[in-house]
Amino acid sequence: MSGKEMIASAFRVCALERRAALIPFLALGDPDFATTRVLARAAAAAGANIIELGFPFTDPLADGPVIQAAYARALKGDATVDGCFDCIQEITSGLHVPIMLMVAWNLVLARGVERFCEEAAAVGASALLVPDLLIEDATALNLAAHVHDLATVFLVGPDSDEKRVRRIAQLSTGFVYLVRRRGVTGVGVGADDLEARVAKVRSFSSIPVAVGFGIASAEDVREVARVADGVIVGSAFVQIAPDIAAVRGLARAMAWAT
Amino acid sequence: MSSNGRFGLYGGRYVPETLAPALIELECAWERLHADTAFNAQLSGLLRTYVGRPTPLYRAHRLAEAAGAGHVSIYLKREDLCHTGSHKLNNALGQALLARALGKTRLIAETGAGQHGVAIATAAALVGLPCHVYMGEEDVRRQALNVQRMELLGAEVTTVHSGSRTLKDATNEAIRDWMTSYRDTHYAIGSVVGPHPYPSMVRTFQSVIGREARAQVLECEGRLPDALVACVGGGSNAIGLFQAFLDDDVAMIGVEAMNAASLGSGTPGVLHGAHSMLLQDADGQVMTAHSIAAGLDYPGVGPEHAWLQDNGRARYESVSDAETCAAFALLSRSEGIIPALESAHAIAHAITLARTLNPDSVMVICLSGRGDKDLGRST
Repeated sequence: MSGKEMIASAFRVCALERRAALIPFLALGDPDFATTRVLARAAAAAGANIIELGFPFTDPLADGPVIQAAYARALKGDATVDGCFDCIQEITSGLHVPIMLMVAWNLVLARGVERFCEEAAAVGASALLVPDLLIEDATALNLAAHVHDLATVFLVGPDSDEKRVRRIAQLSTGFVYLVRRRGVTGVGVGADDLEARVAKVRSFSSIPVAVGFGIASAEDVREVARVADGVIVGSAFVQIAPDIAAVRGLARAMAWAT
Repeated sequence: MSSNGRFGLYGGRYVPETLAPALIELECAWERLHADTAFNAQLSGLLRTYVGRPTPLYRAHRLAEAAGAGHVSIYLKREDLCHTGSHKLNNALGQALLARALGKTRLIAETGAGQHGVAIATAAALVGLPCHVYMGEEDVRRQALNVQRMELLGAEVTTVHSGSRTLKDATNEAIRDWMTSYRDTHYAIGSVVGPHPYPSMVRTFQSVIGREARAQVLECEGRLPDALVACVGGGSNAIGLFQAFLDDDVAMIGVEAMNAASLGSGTPGVLHGAHSMLLQDADGQVMTAHSIAAGLDYPGVGPEHAWLQDNGRARYESVSDAETCAAFALLSRSEGIIPALESAHAIAHAITLARTLNPDSVMVICLSGRGDKDLGRST
């Protein structure tokens, strides 16, 4: 199955089971790649439907202190982009849960857009999200991803207007990532007209809509799962990693809540 | 020139979607206001009566002689004489007025040496807005005088402990604040860096430097200069000086710090929302810069400079901390002007360059700021 097919299939299965997909996030190499492999396996076994893996970066603008610290630990442990790809390969060869990559645009550029997508597909990744790339500049990425059957995921912000939401929904080939609140990962402010926002995205595309940023508890997951096709949980998992039992426990509780 | 935030391939807008609406709103407001007569009249009035413009263009005979370049006319564009002690207020004031016109109720900024921090705190006090400045822990320590000034002016200063604890990290924190606060807060970037429209907007506010200098040198010398020299951290004083001369046959030289030479030693990449040149490793991880001058201690640079280097319109050199300190002392002793360590980089290269120029050449150096903040650190 291609990356796009794996992502679509994961959402279809959840839809049939009348639940939202649970999408935990882990920082590659935090504090080392062996830990990431174990955690990914634990999350999958506990019910994660898609796993998002973040490439450590020195200057992650969209991230709050929890993920910043995770990336700093990983870089201190010498996590290179090569090492990240090797780790992803090991994870995908043992799991059937689709893997989505979150990576800063500068890391993609340094590798070369075409080469990055080729490598991502080669190691078994299914989808790609570049959080600091706006739709205006996404053509090259979308093209390279398409060539390698990788799904792309784009963000919709809390104040993105209708025109932007339409373009984002139409450009995304995996799912649309609706940012729940104003702010960086792990924290946030803002009124929650989530149901209306999800409906707006759905009016432009039949692509699944997943919600993320600041979702920290099973209760949060339950609330979001009522209106969205997927729930992305980052800092809450990163905070308790590398405690495998804790990660497994949280994943189970959250999967149950979807 | 930028029409859509691009300088050749450089520039652009690389931020999470959360910030896109804020940048679009800012771009629209900027387009409207910078053509607005009332806005411009208010700004130029304040530049004149509050900032102290026009700043003098001073013929530094003794510096030239002391440097063994007595055959060259060296002029200093005295941005150190602006209120708050550097060129930073030209931009901070413009952005504070813009923020008020936008109806924003809070100002935030990053700062390296603290000069932009002081300038924005000053402008905030003037327009009556609360102000929050982010500064790296390392810079808080080495530019303590400016921290005191900011706090006295009513700004809240947050010390940033992450990363290299300098300007890059302060910028990261300011952007993260803005990701949450963009509805009521204006982020006043201090240099020609960041996502569109910042590089163009800051350039416009700083272009008063070059417009004045061009008229002044024509008046003193009856002709245009042969060379312009300015230090480059983010690059705002240099762009400000260069802007008015872009279509003239005048050489432009930007001077970076040797271990923070994004243009000299860097490669193309994306940092803080713009595609430009930066110091990075093969993976694209951003490297730590080093400079004795906090304002130049930045691994990135404004996208317009990347473009000017690429198309050959400007060239970029670098000097060491030691050469900088020597120039700092030389200008102090020969002319009685204590430069900021940032500006001393321009002086250092300028005197080396001057020695190689033909007799009767004319050189204009941007003296971007004064060095009170650097006393005790220059030796």
